[in-house]
Amino acid sequence: MHPSTVILAGTASEAGSRLFGVIATVAIFLAALLVIFAVVGKVTGRFERPLTIVVLVAPAVILSVAGLVVPAIRTIVTSFTNEQAAGQKFKIVDGKLVEYKTKFIGLDNYRFDFTDSYTLHTLLRTVIWIVLVPLVTVGIGLLLALLLDRMTHTTLPRTLIFLPTAISFVGASLIWALVYNAPVYNQDGTPGTQTGLLSKIVIALGWQHPPNWILDAPGNSYLIMIVMVWIQVGFAMVVLGAALKAIPEEIIEAARIDGASGATLFRAVQIPMIRNTLIVVATTVTITSLKAFDIVNTMTNGNYSTDVLANQMYNELFVTNQTGRGSSLAVLLFLCVVPLVAYNVVQLRRERAAR
Amino acid sequence: MTASTVSAEAPENDARIVLTGPAATRAVRRAFSHPLASLIVVVLTVVWTVPLLGFFLNSFRDKGSVGSSGWWNWFAHPGSSTLGNYRTVLNGDGMVLPLANSLAITIPATVIPILLASMAAYGLAWVRFRGSSFIFFAIFALQVVPLQMALVPLQKYFNSGVRLGGVTVIPSFGLKGSLAEIWVTHTMFSMPLAVFLLHNFIAALPRELIEAARVDGASHLRTFRSIVLPLSTPAIASFAIFQFLWVWNDLLVAKTFGGSDASHQPVTARIQNLSGSFGAHQELLAPAGFLAILIPLVVFLALQRFFVRGLLAGSVKG
Repeated sequence: MHPSTVILAGTASEAGSRLFGVIATVAIFLAALLVIFAVVGKVTGRFERPLTIVVLVAPAVILSVAGLVVPAIRTIVTSFTNEQAAGQKFKIVDGKLVEYKTKFIGLDNYRFDFTDSYTLHTLLRTVIWIVLVPLVTVGIGLLLALLLDRMTHTTLPRTLIFLPTAISFVGASLIWALVYNAPVYNQDGTPGTQTGLLSKIVIALGWQHPPNWILDAPGNSYLIMIVMVWIQVGFAMVVLGAALKAIPEEIIEAARIDGASGATLFRAVQIPMIRNTLIVVATTVTITSLKAFDIVNTMTNGNYSTDVLANQMYNELFVTNQTGRGSSLAVLLFLCVVPLVAYNVVQLRRERAAR
Repeated sequence: MTASTVSAEAPENDARIVLTGPAATRAVRRAFSHPLASLIVVVLTVVWTVPLLGFFLNSFRDKGSVGSSGWWNWFAHPGSSTLGNYRTVLNGDGMVLPLANSLAITIPATVIPILLASMAAYGLAWVRFRGSSFIFFAIFALQVVPLQMALVPLQKYFNSGVRLGGVTVIPSFGLKGSLAEIWVTHTMFSMPLAVFLLHNFIAALPRELIEAARVDGASHLRTFRSIVLPLSTPAIASFAIFQFLWVWNDLLVAKTFGGSDASHQPVTARIQNLSGSFGAHQELLAPAGFLAILIPLVVFLALQRFFVRGLLAGSVKG
C-alpha cells in the first residue's frame, strides 16, 4: 500500500474536521476584519481618525498586554509567594486535610534557589551551557564561514550544515538519541553488536568499555550540549558568512597586497570587521542555550544530573506544582535574558538605521 | 591601519596588480584555498549529516534489525527496506492527527499575527498620533520578556478566565482543552517581533506612494489594504516562514497548553511522548520523528533565502 493512501485512512475524519476548523477560524477572522474595515471605512467626520487608529493598533496592543505584560507581572508577584498548584486548596497535615493558604513569603523562593543543592547544581550546569555552547558554536560556525568564504562549490556543504536549523529540538533529540544508544556488551563483558553510532566508533578506536552515554554524568550533559551545537552551527555559519561577504573586496585585496595572508588576514582584517555580527550571533546562541528546555526535557527530563534552568522551571511549574518556586526560576531566567536581548535588539536596530 | 588607507594606498604601492572586480575576487579565493581547508569542510559536513542520515535509514528498517544492529547495516541489506514502520505510525500510533493538529495550530498562529501586526505597524508608522512612537517602543521593548514568564498566568486564564476579586472580568471563552489555547498563545507571543519587523519595513515605504493614495481620497484603511499590504510581501514572507517554523517546532507551549491529551498534541509533543513510551518499539521512533521534521525541511529547502532573513531578524525571539 502506498503511504499516502494510509494517510487518508485511519483518523482521517477527525484530522479532516480539525483542518476544516482551522480554515473556518481563519476565514471567520478574515471576514470579521473585512466587515470592520468596511464599517469603519464608511465613518467620516471627527470620529474617522480615532476609530481608524483604534482598529489598526488596538488588537496588537491588547494581545501584547494580555499575553506578556500582565502575565509577566503576575509571575513576578507569584515568585514571592508559596503558591503551589493552580486551584489547590488543601493539603494533608498529620493525616488531616487542612486549607492551604497562599501567602507572601518574601525572598524565600529565591533563597531556596541559591541554597538548595539540586537547584544550585542546575544553575551551575546552566552556566556551563551558556559558556560552552556559544563558544563552540561560534567557533565552528566561524571556521566554516571563513573556509567556505574562500572556496568555490560551497552550496552542498552549506545546505547540509544549515539543514538542522529547521529541525525541531525534539526531532534533533531523537536523532541524537540514536547516536547515543547505550553500548551493548556480551555476557563475558566484551563489546557486542552495537546499535549506537558513538559506541560503534569509540569501540572501533579501541575504547573497549565506553559508559552508558545518556545515563552517566557528567559526560551526558556535554553530549546533550552537542545536540544544541549541531542545531545552531548552521545559523552561526550563515550569518557570519554573510558578514564576511559584506566586507568590501578592495579591503581584502589591499590587505593581501600589503602582505597579509591566511591567519594574519583573518586576525587583523576579517575578525575586526565582523566583530558586531560575532557578538550578535554569540548572544543569540547564549539566549537559546539559556532556554534549553526541549532537548533536555526530551533526552533525560533533567534526570541523571543533566537538569538545566528552563527544564527545572517547567517541572516545578507543571509537574511538581511548586508554582511559587517555579515562578522564581522564571524570573531568574528573565533577569539573565534581559541584557542579552536588549543588546541584540538595539544592535539590530542600529544596523537597520545605518542601512 | 584603517581600512580606508589600505584601499587608498594599495594601487600606488603595487601597480602591477591589474585584476579588478570578480576576477580579483576569484584570484584571492584561489590564493587562500588550501587542501586542508577543503578537508576540514568535508569532515564537518559529514559529521553534520550522518546523524540525520542514520535516522532516515533507520526509519526503513524492521523491528528486529533496529533492535539488534546499527543503521549502518542497512548498507549491507538495502533490499530489506520496508515502509511498514510508516504504515504503523500513520495508522495505529496515530501521527495523522498530530500532523493535522500541528497544521491547525500553525496556520492561524501565522496568518493572524501577520495581519494584526501589519495593521498596527501601518497605524504606528503612517497614522501618526500622540503616543504612537511610545506604543511602538513599548511593544518593541516587550521582546525581552521570555515566554516562560507568561505560561502559568496564561494557563490560569484559559482555565477560568480573568478574575478580579472573585468577579470574572473576562470569560475564558471555553478555550480550555482546545487547540485554540495553543495558537492564541503563540499569537500573543509573536506580537512584539511581528510589529517590530513589519514596522521597520512599512515605515520605509516611499512617502509619495502613501500620500498619493491619501490625496486621491483613499481612507487609511483602504490605503493599508490596497497599497501597503501588497507592497509588504517580502517582509511578510520572511516573518511568515520564521513564525511557521517556530510554531511548528515549539514544544514548550504545546506541552503546557496541550497537556497530556493525546488528541490535542501537535507533532513535537507527540513524538516526545512516543520517545518515552516506545521503549519496546524503537523502530517506530525514526519514522514518526521523520514525519514530524519533514514539513520544516521542505519549507527550509524551498524557501531558504527568506528563511535566512527571518532567522536573523527573529533570532532574539523566545
